[in-house]
Amino acid sequence: MSLRSPLGRVLGLGSAKEGTGHWLAQRVSAVALIPLTLWFMFSLLALPALDYATVRAWLSYPLSGFLAVLLIAVLTHHSYLGTMEVIEDYVPSAGSKFLSLLFLRFLYVLVGGASLFAILRVAFSP
Amino acid sequence: MPLPRPTSPHWQIYRWQIGNSLSILHRLTGVALALGLIALCYWFVALASGPQSYAAAMRVFASPLGMLVMVGWTFAFLYHLLNGVRHLFWDVGMGYERTPRHASGWLAVLGAVGLTLSVWAFIWASHRS
Repeated sequence: MSLRSPLGRVLGLGSAKEGTGHWLAQRVSAVALIPLTLWFMFSLLALPALDYATVRAWLSYPLSGFLAVLLIAVLTHHSYLGTMEVIEDYVPSAGSKFLSLLFLRFLYVLVGGASLFAILRVAFSP
Repeated sequence: MPLPRPTSPHWQIYRWQIGNSLSILHRLTGVALALGLIALCYWFVALASGPQSYAAAMRVFASPLGMLVMVGWTFAFLYHLLNGVRHLFWDVGMGYERTPRHASGWLAVLGAVGLTLSVWAFIWASHRS
């Protein structure tokens, strides 16, 4: 016997059946971001100056470029999961929620893609 | 037309205390850091675009308003990091009791403030020499 009302079943109310993946991905990316963000912060603090030549030379170093790519990839994923949750919680109507989530997804692909392309341009420039 | 239903997390009916304040601060710093990600993207793109665009970006970041926002982002990052570690401990079932919960909360806030001051004191000191 089901405890769900016939109306609830027709409207598709009840379990969303997909929350666990989101929850887990947020935690896994959070754990990965602890070393990656600390590496980034301490690397910048350790540089003698933040002028163009110094920062280019630092990011051209293979390990720096590689870790910067990982940082942006995991950071955009984690940030997307978080802001998505905020929109799902606070945007009331289904229509504006759908449009906000669509805009958010495009924005994150744009920001992540542009950052990765910029890092690779620096890493592979002679 | 259905009536507007009350939406979670019902913040209007709760008494303000450290638990919900820090939870809200975690979200606020998370949203602030999402905006910081756009600034980070701008910085990488400026670096890849050449010396002029990089110098223009650094002028924006080194402006008084830019510096203020950067200090804010430093605190947001360090608080979100420390409070995020609290969440990870809770996720494995540790630190739920009242005393460790409150102690770790204060540690996250005060730790973030202290580390933010340390980071900017270091930047200020190394910039002077």
